[in-house]
Amino acid sequence: MTREIENAAGIPVVQIATIVPIMLTVGANRIVPGVAIPHPTGSPELGKAGDKATRRELLLRAFKAMETEITYQTVFE
Amino acid sequence: MKRVVHYINQFYAGIGGEDKADQTPLFKAELVGPGVGLAKELEGKAEIVGTVICGDGYYGEHTDEARAACLKMIQDAKPDLLVAGPAFNAGRYGFACGDIAATTAAELGIPTVTAMYHENPGVELYSKKTYIVPCADSARGMGKALKGIAALAGKLLSGEKLGPARLEGYIHRGIRKNFIHEKSGAERAVEMLLKKLRGEEFRTEYEMPKFNKIPPAAPVKDLKHATIALVSSGGVVPLGNPDHIRVSSAESFGKYDISALDDMTAQNYESVHGGYDRVWANEDPDVVVPLDVMRQLEKEGVYGKLHPIFYTTTGTGTAVAFAEKFGKEIGEELKNAGVDAAILTST
Repeated sequence: MTREIENAAGIPVVQIATIVPIMLTVGANRIVPGVAIPHPTGSPELGKAGDKATRRELLLRAFKAMETEITYQTVFE
Repeated sequence: MKRVVHYINQFYAGIGGEDKADQTPLFKAELVGPGVGLAKELEGKAEIVGTVICGDGYYGEHTDEARAACLKMIQDAKPDLLVAGPAFNAGRYGFACGDIAATTAAELGIPTVTAMYHENPGVELYSKKTYIVPCADSARGMGKALKGIAALAGKLLSGEKLGPARLEGYIHRGIRKNFIHEKSGAERAVEMLLKKLRGEEFRTEYEMPKFNKIPPAAPVKDLKHATIALVSSGGVVPLGNPDHIRVSSAESFGKYDISALDDMTAQNYESVHGGYDRVWANEDPDVVVPLDVMRQLEKEGVYGKLHPIFYTTTGTGTAVAFAEKFGKEIGEELKNAGVDAAILTST
């Protein structure tokens, strides 16, 4: 889905998910590793503030990924 | 004696080459071209009662008419089985053979067999809908192709159960049959792993689909003025799942207006995804779709604007073909809406 959106729209699509090898296999180009399968963009165990801080850090990394010129699939750690 | 009808193109019928590719369908109650050799291979098992001939150009350009006319001729000859080709690596002939074989199988309920080179586009289009015997890329492989077709046709006509595709000599149709294996799955997996580690050949029991790769899109130039869309395959939908998106094996996606929403909560959104523990997502859907912080960052001016529409589906057991279809449709909409980038979250 990531790949086809990128292909059809011609825009960068950053995928945030947990299992990086799957994203590489299906052809995502800009990858941000998520926290966990059932909560990729949050850390509920850290409480409200910690959870939001996690999300903020991930999204800022996603922005950096979409602003970065790349020539092949890249994982933004 | 079992009855076989043979489908061939204008070239193998001896009518002509490219100049005669517009030949309309015709029926001959006799052996034509490769049918002579095929009849020999089928001797004692079946008899070819007629040959349907159609130009490749005509079949490709007037597919509906050609298909209907050929099917009628085949039906009138009352066959127990249809053979089409072999088509070798001829693309339009492969399409015609695959199409008429698949149509005949579906409409008349009889087995159909064709033969093609593995790179013939007809293989990808029709291998699930008919039996395709792999063959050489040109007519030099005619003898072997006819033998392969006849062997498989004989087995299909006898009503015997077919074994695995690679042993029966056809391109697998993606059908998996259950049976009891003498070794457990764990033993077989370890054996495969050891073979792999030793650099030996091994055969997987479940082939992975092949995925395409695309060159990365150009980056966002001006984040401060960029419109960013949120997309997810994490099964997060408005409470009550109004569009009935499936909990797994989704065949649809939803799009929802989030322009007035600052936060996904247990009161307005939920997860229906059948492939992960939804406890956290249902307490706070932002842990799957990061709407709350996206809004905050929008207010802070870190990026331009959050796209008012949020796209969502369930990514568990979902067919690759559907995922690609959703991607194409969502991509088109984002393009038309002038969106600059997307963040897609998956579970």
